[in-house]
Amino acid sequence: MRLPWPPNHALTMRQRIVILGGGTGGTMMANRLRRAHAQEDVDIVIVDRSDDHVYQPGLLFVPFQLARAAEITRPRAAQLRHGIELRRSEIDHVDLGASTVHLTDGPVLEYDLLVVATGAELLPEDTEGLTGPGWGEKVFTFYDLAGGQGLAAALAQFPGGRLVVNLVDMPIKCPVAPLEFAFLADWYLHDRGVREDVELSFVTPLDGAFTKPIASERLSSLLDEKGIELVTEFATGEVDGHGGRLVSYDEREVPFDLLVTVPLHGGAGYVARSPGLGDELGFVQTDPHTLQSRAAANVFAIGDATNLPTSKAGSVTHFEADVLTDNIGRFVHGLPLEGGFDGHANCFVETGFKKALLIDFNYDTEPLPGRFPGHAGPLPLLAESRLNHMGKLMFQWFYWHVLLPGRDIPGIPTQMSMAGKRAPAAQIQEVEQ
Amino acid sequence: MSTETIAGRAVEVDSEGFLEDPKQWNEGIAEEIAHGNGIDHLTDRHWQVVKFMRTSYLENGTAPSIRSLGKLSGVPIKELYQLFPKGPAKLAAKIGGIPKPRGCI
Repeated sequence: MRLPWPPNHALTMRQRIVILGGGTGGTMMANRLRRAHAQEDVDIVIVDRSDDHVYQPGLLFVPFQLARAAEITRPRAAQLRHGIELRRSEIDHVDLGASTVHLTDGPVLEYDLLVVATGAELLPEDTEGLTGPGWGEKVFTFYDLAGGQGLAAALAQFPGGRLVVNLVDMPIKCPVAPLEFAFLADWYLHDRGVREDVELSFVTPLDGAFTKPIASERLSSLLDEKGIELVTEFATGEVDGHGGRLVSYDEREVPFDLLVTVPLHGGAGYVARSPGLGDELGFVQTDPHTLQSRAAANVFAIGDATNLPTSKAGSVTHFEADVLTDNIGRFVHGLPLEGGFDGHANCFVETGFKKALLIDFNYDTEPLPGRFPGHAGPLPLLAESRLNHMGKLMFQWFYWHVLLPGRDIPGIPTQMSMAGKRAPAAQIQEVEQ
Repeated sequence: MSTETIAGRAVEVDSEGFLEDPKQWNEGIAEEIAHGNGIDHLTDRHWQVVKFMRTSYLENGTAPSIRSLGKLSGVPIKELYQLFPKGPAKLAAKIGGIPKPRGCI
């Protein structure tokens, strides 16, 4: 049963909410909380170390010269509503006992409630040899702007040979992005007229193309149709840039002329310097349904910064923001939290030649075929279509104008819906129970 | 799910040979599963990993990934692959009598 909401009484004491990170999750939360709470009731301070807000889904297109840095970057401050204080600083650590955030240049911020939204960081130096010889020459990642731009130059001149797409280990941001990269590379090299001179290989630590069986099977056949080799259960232990070899921990080898890698990810560095806040990878231990941290009652987490078993993706963060805004309102009014988050993720998967798939899933339901949204929805699930590709391109507009301002996308509910999905025979029984 | 006799004890296993109920496990079962998967003898280093996996599962309801195992178990990843060829997390879970680790997203 839902409690009456919003409560019809003002807060007895002014509260200060500090949000760490001004990316997707932090910006959405600041804007939603600012709308939900009067300025005389709640102060909102957001901390980030840089001025640039990058539309991260756009990074996929940079290596193929389908997006330029200027098109996917906007000023951070311009995405925030009035009445939100933006502090530009690195974070040294959080003192959970004292409810304070210590910034590296000295100041200490006190908070009544903390939202951790500092995302995930790339850790290329954690893989032996990855940032050694060949890094930035024939070894690239497209997970940051500089890497994507370097890769664009390398791809434009790639004469042919072995192009290897590799993800080192999970978890990573946008788990479908490495596959999308392989599909787009196939298209790009085809258009450049050199596809026949390139052996394209997708090397993954997973036992299939993706983490979930039905989507994995569909994506494996797509790789096969496009002549992209799939190498599974490859746990990358070392990158030998000089010799052009990926070496696994169990001593298998994959040769490459050009390597596109997705490095290991971890939480933001200050999480490890904040006793009790994160797990061994620096992700905040978070309740999967309420988004309250396990570290302290007045600390919440959102987006890639959490340790939750769902995708690290903007759509997930958007659905979380809806639940978290509600729960923060409850918390500051002393009401019990609600466990409304179901792990919902909704992702377009570019497959090249102006087509894309769509997947929609949550903690309990893997991506299934069908229609979206609902039975009569225009978008096919787990099937290629041009409309899905249009959806992916349109999404950037929604990101800046709907998601970041903290509004809902009409017709897309926060909780995943089974309407329009076709469960395989073996699962129908489970779903109906 | 089926019933198998391992080290003289009838236990429930899934289609890949992972124990369904961690409480049915004992060290003799661990040794026999190890033999069946190409490990002749469980050394102290093997036991360190197997017991760590088992404790983590019983405390948290999930078993750690290989990356986490490398950071937390005191055995580096390279050595994990030498001790448990192919898939250290999966094989150590099987030997430790806990369910197959759930793939991440």
